[in-house]
Amino acid sequence: MHRPPAEGCALDDVILETQGLTKEFAGFTAVSGVDLKVRRGTIHALIGPNGAGKTTVFNLLTKFLEPTAGKIVYGGRDITALRAPEVARLGMVRSFQISAVFPHLSVRENVRIALQRPLGTSFQFWRSERCLDALNPRADALIAAVGLADDRQSTAAELPYGRKRALEIATTLALEPELLLLDEPMAGLGHEDIGRIAGLIREIARSRTVLMVEHNLSVVADLSDIITVLTRGRVLAEGSYAQVSGNAEVREAYMGTGAVAGHA
Amino acid sequence: MTGARDGFPARWRVGIAALLLAAALAAPFLFYPVFLMQALCFALFACAFNLLIGYVGLLSFGHAAFMGSAAYITAYTVKAWGFEPLTGILAGTAVAALLGAVFGWLAIRRQGIYFAMVTLALAQMIYFIAVEAKFTGGEDGIQAVPRGHLLGVVDLNHSLPMYYFVLAVFLGGYALVYRTIHSPFGQVLKAIRENEPRAISLGYRTERYKLLAFTLSATLAGLAGATKALVFQLASLTDVTWQMSGEVVLMTLLGGLGTEFGPVVGAFIDVTMENYLASWGSWVTVIQGVIFVFCVLLFRRGVVGEIVDLARRFAPGRTEAPPPATVAQTAPGE
Ligand SMILES: Nc1ncnc2c1ncn2[C@@H]1O[C@H](COP(=O)(O)OP(=O)(O)OP(=O)(O)O)[C@@H](O)[C@H]1O
Ligand SMILES: [Mg+2]
Repeated sequence: MHRPPAEGCALDDVILETQGLTKEFAGFTAVSGVDLKVRRGTIHALIGPNGAGKTTVFNLLTKFLEPTAGKIVYGGRDITALRAPEVARLGMVRSFQISAVFPHLSVRENVRIALQRPLGTSFQFWRSERCLDALNPRADALIAAVGLADDRQSTAAELPYGRKRALEIATTLALEPELLLLDEPMAGLGHEDIGRIAGLIREIARSRTVLMVEHNLSVVADLSDIITVLTRGRVLAEGSYAQVSGNAEVREAYMGTGAVAGHA
Repeated sequence: MTGARDGFPARWRVGIAALLLAAALAAPFLFYPVFLMQALCFALFACAFNLLIGYVGLLSFGHAAFMGSAAYITAYTVKAWGFEPLTGILAGTAVAALLGAVFGWLAIRRQGIYFAMVTLALAQMIYFIAVEAKFTGGEDGIQAVPRGHLLGVVDLNHSLPMYYFVLAVFLGGYALVYRTIHSPFGQVLKAIRENEPRAISLGYRTERYKLLAFTLSATLAGLAGATKALVFQLASLTDVTWQMSGEVVLMTLLGGLGTEFGPVVGAFIDVTMENYLASWGSWVTVIQGVIFVFCVLLFRRGVVGEIVDLARRFAPGRTEAPPPATVAQTAPGE
């Protein structure tokens, strides 16, 4: 842990809260009565075995899926009835489990897509795209911040996987989100890339909140302030890494891989 | 930067455009003007269609509805109400735009094949109306539509003025498509085509962009149909059949899906085939089919797609070409 967990904080320190969040798919309950509280300024990890419902929780929070039951409160506002783009506009921006770049656009164009929306020119089909060049300095700064300065003219599809993930983060940051939801940011990355992205996430969390799904437990141990363990759609445990990894039920859920205890 | 990735290197493009324009101006002295005008109308139709499939990833299988209804409205207003030709064309185009907005609104929430089916079903309704309604003239259509005098001055009954008028309409439509592709709006369209969930997660209300693109595409398809009605002095059921909706798919694939100029080439190839094979009677369809299959197997990116790819490989300083846009790309992600 890098910062002391926010203790005794007032209610308004909670940026995101769910109450009884539930999702059923044709009789199968993927997410079941999840109460989640994410505190402002923390790195909050959501872990659990495959199929636990982590991505589904993300989809519910960002309104990519409609909850069957439950309530989502973001920044003190009930957002349960909002649609996905509106949630993003409020400052909760997600990434995807599989890298999500715009493959045939250049690195700079990828970031500009995020930067251009607040300009209000996005429906202007009669204007030249050159008017977007005004965004280049900001785009380039974001690109440099994630270490892609040399790649900014490359087509996104040509980037190695680790750089695609970095580009994705730069694009997300372009929206100045308050809360980033990262779905397995380290999946498929090599050792070096993991270090880079972890550093980036730590940097981001200085001024923003991060809710992150991650299977790599050493990363989780290293980065997160608080961890929620999900199994079969339910919250099994919550607490610091030491608390969670000491929990017998959590060890059980991870089927004695020993991985959880290994990093305590 | 964007332009080069989308086609030829910039300095080639200017040269090619100048050459093509010169060829277009000289063409009526070398070829049969009605043939050229027909090809230009279909070229505009295919460009309109390509705006949707190539740059948004939406396969409409009902574009004949927009072309055909505009043709009927133009033919009717010019013939029955004595509209001046340009006003008649604008009336037809406006109706297509309106129809596009309505159909688009009904269809854009559907994905992939369902989108195609909804557009087809709606287009069949237009076909039904064209068969049943009185003003469309049923099987006969609206015949002997007078071309009239453009703005009351230029006599369009002469083939040269008519040709240059059609060329101007085509260039205007093409310019609008080009501008749209290379606009802030066009950038968002490409983002939606490439990865819609990501675009949504960045806060874009993607249905609105798709609806505007659909409406623009329908409007331009209407402009093509309205102009065609004056060229042939006829609006008929052929223009609203599902076969017409299919033909524009073929033209676009033939020329190169998602390339700027491909649909134009595809349309010219298609219209040329139709004209030169006319003497073969009912065999035309079979021969066309064979040629089409042959072309698609040989030029998988379409004629222009392949040429652009070659040019890119030989142009110095270019890196590897990105894969071409394909229909399968409507699926998000990689
Ligand atoms: N759209 C859907 N329709 C039906 N079932 C679904 C759907 N999405 C997810 N599920 C099911 O819900 C359960 C939870 O899936 P989810 O993707 O949320 O798991 P996860 O915790 O993210 O797993 P992983 O670690 O493998 O990414 C799984 O059993 C999955 O099959
Ligand atoms: Mg998942």
